[in-house]
Amino acid sequence: MTQSLVKRPEVVEPPPAPATRGRRRGQGVAYLFLSPWIIGATLLTIGPMVASLYLSFTDYDLFEAPSWIGVENYVTMFTADERFWHATWTTTKYVLISVPLKLGLALAVAMLLNRQRSGVGLYRSAFYAPSLLGASVSVALAWRAMFSTDGTVDRLLSSVGLDLGGWVDQPQYALYTLVALAAWQFGAPMVIFLAGLKQVPRELYEAAAIDGAGPARRFLSVTLPMLSPVILFNLVLETIHAFQAFTGAFVVSSGRGGPSDATLLYPLYLYQRGFTDFRMGYASAMAWVLLVVVAVLTALVFRSARRWVFYAGEDR
Amino acid sequence: MTAASGTPVSSTSKPSKAEPAKSGWPKKAVWHVLVIGVLLVLLYPVVWLVSTSFKPATEVVSTLALLPRDPTGENYAEVFDGVGEFGVLHYFWNSLMISVGAVVGNVLSCSLAAYAFGRLHFRGRGPMFGFMMITIMLPQHVVLIPQYVIFQQMEMVNTFWPLVLPKFLATDAFFIFLMVQFIRSLPRELDEAATLDGCGPIGVFRHVILPLLRPALITTAIFTFIWTWNDFFSQLIYLNDPEMFTLPLALQLFIDQASQSAFGPMFAMSVLALLPIGLFFLAFQRFLVEGVATSGLKG
Repeated sequence: MTQSLVKRPEVVEPPPAPATRGRRRGQGVAYLFLSPWIIGATLLTIGPMVASLYLSFTDYDLFEAPSWIGVENYVTMFTADERFWHATWTTTKYVLISVPLKLGLALAVAMLLNRQRSGVGLYRSAFYAPSLLGASVSVALAWRAMFSTDGTVDRLLSSVGLDLGGWVDQPQYALYTLVALAAWQFGAPMVIFLAGLKQVPRELYEAAAIDGAGPARRFLSVTLPMLSPVILFNLVLETIHAFQAFTGAFVVSSGRGGPSDATLLYPLYLYQRGFTDFRMGYASAMAWVLLVVVAVLTALVFRSARRWVFYAGEDR
Repeated sequence: MTAASGTPVSSTSKPSKAEPAKSGWPKKAVWHVLVIGVLLVLLYPVVWLVSTSFKPATEVVSTLALLPRDPTGENYAEVFDGVGEFGVLHYFWNSLMISVGAVVGNVLSCSLAAYAFGRLHFRGRGPMFGFMMITIMLPQHVVLIPQYVIFQQMEMVNTFWPLVLPKFLATDAFFIFLMVQFIRSLPRELDEAATLDGCGPIGVFRHVILPLLRPALITTAIFTFIWTWNDFFSQLIYLNDPEMFTLPLALQLFIDQASQSAFGPMFAMSVLALLPIGLFFLAFQRFLVEGVATSGLKG
């Protein structure tokens, strides 16, 4: 290896003509390597994006050709479809509660595990496990059973005098079944927080301690600012993720979004519109509204990040 | 998991200079108790799911007890016999076919694209890379319906193709990004040395990049398998004949038909559906956790 490195200077200046030919050939090879991605991006991403934007202005049931109806889908959605607004509000609630809860748990446990102790690697893995299992139908099913009337959670709450009944059957609690399922999967952001915590220089804590800062002060003035880029990353990722939650809501409500549409998350309503009612144009319009909302929110978070995200080595 | 956690793990417990001996054993013991306590609450649903699958029908709904009083394998026997028209192995096989297909597709197509983005020069690289990064954040719903129409017109609905073919076309941009990052960390001198030895770009890819890329390829393979195995949405849309059903779909079908008495078999089937993920997790937990830590992959 090192021997061939020594030879390198000899070929630093190759004759220009073959170089251009080689470069062009290199380009051809590059496109060859890239061809699966190019075909996929064109046929499965760009094409469908254009098509779905077009379909959102049509009435389309999959069996007959789409017929152009202009902005009618959007007008109906915003002015006449109560379930649309209900799904939007339910999803907003779901995102606003589950994401901070999940990130809070992730950070708390990450700080607990950020210690040189025996077995810490095993603990870290064990806490991460629900992140892998939680996306499955199996766990959603366990959730449904645990939160149903006479299920584990119901009995546990009853035994301490909180007779709420099964959460799954009650409109005012059903959504929190899904929130709990989401929060339970805090392992992935936790691992990312742990990686971030390892980057915080110990000297900062020592200096803060010398200045007389207690644990709370050190958390607010050292940990949080140093961790802010990681918080931003997790926040963006988890928010985008939460807007697309589907499996839990589908399984818990047998695909109906009940009781009383309490678990009708946006993607579930989109699925019902498209694949149960065969209103593909309407579902496409809903998809575009989702895309715009997610894009605007992401942009806003990044914009606000200038105020609260601190990068080490940056002048402030 | 908790039984093993009491014993010291040599690899993770290297004495660190930064931690002086000031934290004595009572403090450590309190910490272990606290962590294990939180862990027990956290893992309770999984343990409960597994233990319920071994409970006889009379016990399933009547008790809160974690351990079955009278453990039985009859739930599993019932599930192997048949859920709907097919035994659980049939659905297991379908899930396996799709997941393995997706793994092969992702590893092949994403490594090819990552090599081009990470090492080769070509016109339009910047914009193409930018677009690839945007697709990571794109909600799948935006492309869902036209994709469905495409596969329907190719008469591929109710086959495994819509679930596997896209993976061969590098649609999981996250893994391309993961591999690009990895390739960029490899010393360029290796490529140059191979070039001097007469390798073209294809030779460099085969003999230099691909062998070194192994950790990233393994991470991609594991996550692709688990995500595909767990996936419900695309399978729900593309597969509608019970013969083609995967485990998650069969399970969902079962829930809808099941009465209270079928609770046990339902849980047995759930456990079988979680089994490969559990095994993968036990075998590769290091890779998984480190993959998440370094790349921000999701669980």
